[in-house]
Amino acid sequence: MHLQTVAGISAGLAGGSFSSLELTRALLERISRLQPELNAFISIEAEPALAAAAAADARRAAGEQGALLGVPIAHKDIFCAAGSRTSCGSKMLANFVSPYDATVVARLRAAGVVSLGKTNMDEFAMGSSNETSHFGPVRNPWDLSRVPGGSSGGSAAAVAARLVPAATATDTGGSIRQPAALCGVTGLKPTYGRVSRYGMIAFASSLDQGGIITTTAEDAALLLGAMAGFDPQDSTSVELPVPDYVAGLDQSLRGLKVGLLKEFFEQGLDPAIEAQIRAALKLLEAQGAVLREVSLPNLPLSVPTYYVVAPAECSSNLARFDGVRYGYRCEKPRDLTDLYKRSRGEGFGTEVKRRIMTGTYVLSAGYYDAYYLKAQRVRQLIADDFRRAFTEVDVLIGPTTPTVAFELGSKSEDPVTMYLNDIYTIGANLAGLPAMSIPCGFAASLPAGLQIIGPHFSEQRLLNVAHRYQRETDWHTRMPERYR
Amino acid sequence: MAGNDWESVIGLEIHAQLATHSKIFSGSATAYGAAPNTQANLVDLGYPGVLPVLNTAAVRMAVMFGLAIEARIAPRSVFARKNYFYPDLPKGYQISQYELPIVAGGHIDILLEDGSGKRVGVTRAHLEEDAGKSLHEGLAGLTGVDLNRAGTPLIEIVSEPELRSAREAVAYMKKVHTLVRYLGICDGNMQEGSFRCDANVSVRRRGAEKLGTRAEIKNINSFRYVEKAINYEITRQIDLIEGGGKVVQETRLYDPDKGETRSMRSKEEANDYRYFPDPDLLPVLLEDSYIRGVAATLPELPDQKAARFASQHGLSAYDAGVLTASAEIAAFYEAVVRELGGEPKLVANWVAGDLSAMLNRDGLEVGTSRVDAAALAALLKRIVDNTISGKIAKEVFEAMWEGQQGADAIIEARGLRQITDESAIEQAIEAVMAANPAQLADYRSGKDKLFGFFVGQVMKATQGKANPARLNELLKKKLSG
Repeated sequence: MHLQTVAGISAGLAGGSFSSLELTRALLERISRLQPELNAFISIEAEPALAAAAAADARRAAGEQGALLGVPIAHKDIFCAAGSRTSCGSKMLANFVSPYDATVVARLRAAGVVSLGKTNMDEFAMGSSNETSHFGPVRNPWDLSRVPGGSSGGSAAAVAARLVPAATATDTGGSIRQPAALCGVTGLKPTYGRVSRYGMIAFASSLDQGGIITTTAEDAALLLGAMAGFDPQDSTSVELPVPDYVAGLDQSLRGLKVGLLKEFFEQGLDPAIEAQIRAALKLLEAQGAVLREVSLPNLPLSVPTYYVVAPAECSSNLARFDGVRYGYRCEKPRDLTDLYKRSRGEGFGTEVKRRIMTGTYVLSAGYYDAYYLKAQRVRQLIADDFRRAFTEVDVLIGPTTPTVAFELGSKSEDPVTMYLNDIYTIGANLAGLPAMSIPCGFAASLPAGLQIIGPHFSEQRLLNVAHRYQRETDWHTRMPERYR
Repeated sequence: MAGNDWESVIGLEIHAQLATHSKIFSGSATAYGAAPNTQANLVDLGYPGVLPVLNTAAVRMAVMFGLAIEARIAPRSVFARKNYFYPDLPKGYQISQYELPIVAGGHIDILLEDGSGKRVGVTRAHLEEDAGKSLHEGLAGLTGVDLNRAGTPLIEIVSEPELRSAREAVAYMKKVHTLVRYLGICDGNMQEGSFRCDANVSVRRRGAEKLGTRAEIKNINSFRYVEKAINYEITRQIDLIEGGGKVVQETRLYDPDKGETRSMRSKEEANDYRYFPDPDLLPVLLEDSYIRGVAATLPELPDQKAARFASQHGLSAYDAGVLTASAEIAAFYEAVVRELGGEPKLVANWVAGDLSAMLNRDGLEVGTSRVDAAALAALLKRIVDNTISGKIAKEVFEAMWEGQQGADAIIEARGLRQITDESAIEQAIEAVMAANPAQLADYRSGKDKLFGFFVGQVMKATQGKANPARLNELLKKKLSG
């Protein structure tokens, strides 16, 4: 039962093979058993989950049918959920119980999805290894000595270990795709504006996008359909109809123009990963896709650009955590300044502070033009590169990460090396493009991820490519032996 | 001010609260005076994950203002974050407009006391949200925060530094006040903080080109205080410089109890606000058709109305200005003229004179006047048809104000109807002449000035009811024998 996909569970619930309550109980048992070794969850919410499962079963008994009715998932702890602790992986919000639902949470709730709890993450989504979480690192189910990636490491590990068939996630610079790649699961970051950001605790508002981690492209299509769409509470969400993502999955790839990103194969790429990517490209070619090399000359600038824009926005977004209205407040503040200094000094971790300081610096009088404004210009150049590329090809394909999962602690002392982990993923965020990572094999027994990037609002196409690939391969069905 | 060698240079930043029903970025109500934090939702409280959504009514009001001052309406304006920490600023930043404001480059025409006019440039006007309020009273050493006001829409109107005296500054501020109320975009209530200003003040030697160092006086919320604060500041700066000191750039507060300004923070302590475009809000894009649509809804503006009053009703520029100082006064005036079927100057004198005086005395607005337009017209009608004199009318008006019926009833009850019957007036004249033979003799020997004496005596005898014109005519005839 626990090894099923969302689609499989949906069919099982519809056919009466098991109830949502039975499945929820089984998964909750599995989660609490494996939590000590994986640490994938920050909050396990058994009671509300069982109540929601019973309610879903009742709705189904009353004749309701929805594909997601009674399907258990988990939410990244960045999404506010009414009555749930929503910590964002931080001491700052360790005591924060949200009074409201994020739009993503509300939409999935309305569809009858059962949330089993909140997954672990890098503090305020700042990190690529899940080591910055106040609640301790998540471990990669493929090798417990390695990181699961970040920031949605808890969601990726939970899906990889089949604790849940799917988990929501967010992606600011690769936070869905990189952990999906490192944990051997499917991750979808939609187009900026496709999924509402309302209730998703902001890291870098112009880059943050909610999405989903699943085992298959089909499951991602099912869930995206329920999550996506215009939200009047988010001015940056786009008012476009939501297509039936499942309907387009099987479309032929004949004539599909696939661009190979030259810059992704140039330096630092693990040859074992490259071999898997090349094999995947061959397979797509065999299905009728036409390959072509594409160059995005400004793409190598994406890491420095990102590390100006994202910290700038985060320095402002995180100003609200001041100890005044909610969240962590220091003991016995002497005065207002002391309250601010100590609440923030004690409530935030090192990486968050580093980014707040960087962001504050690049926005300061005298530095704004040289850093923030210049970064915005480069960002525009990178977006233009992508736009030009998409006049020639339908999708861009390359690796998701330069290396497989690394050892816990191996990069945490060197932020720049850590930042370079996002070298292939950041471009899509800067340009607001949809992108996926799907499992494409192994390098030294650890999963490698294939990245597919498309033009704005081409999720249907990405899911189609991923699904056709998954029909021909079984990498996405592989899971660590110990969790079978 | 201290000598004529100095020139003061003043610019005002006026904050006018826009009269929207809900806040600029959330659905909370904006009504004044609610219990603390009862009009603050999760967006106003700056909760994790919430996002702002622009209230388009505020945009419309800003465009109305821009059109009214003949400014450029930006086809694209951008909201920016102004970052600083303060307990009444829940997000740690204020959403404002910085590089690309919605309104730029307009002007306000003011009338100076010598009757001349002056055009004052408006650099820009931008939309922003208000902060909350910190409360200190009754909290035993603690500070409370009330976020009801947080997120209330404001338009900040920034003038060019073209004002040269406190009086000019007040005239400018009053004109803006008049304008926003005409447009219906601000209730103008200064006690409640709906209309307040910061004044930038500097002084320089007359003839000097270079501007002096300025001080900014924050948050002044009455016309009287603006005048006093600026005058205090001008004197302070001149004294400082003449005493060999230097003005430092700083923010100052006006203390109305002491009548002085004092330093709040210096330039060195000033915040670096780290403005940058707010990524949560899209740029505001306004099409020509939208702007034209708003223009079509503009009411008649104060200057247009004053010009029309001057030409249509034959009023002086001064009277026209007074009668158009608020849309309500102007409407009242026109209602009386309409009711009376003419006599615009008579009506102007009464509305700008007696009526305004009574309103001021009792602290009332024209909308709550104790004598309405129809009642005033009924009174003035009795002046026009010679039933009573202007002087008697004042007495009747006071009685009306005290709530004693309408004009006709009061005239009847008090027997104030004026005497137009010639024989009655003649009788009174003859009695006065008989009682004052000496004065009569003096008059007839050439002391013309005594004519007034006789008018007074006859008026006294008739309890002021003699028709003045008739009396003059008959008295002249009788006295000259």
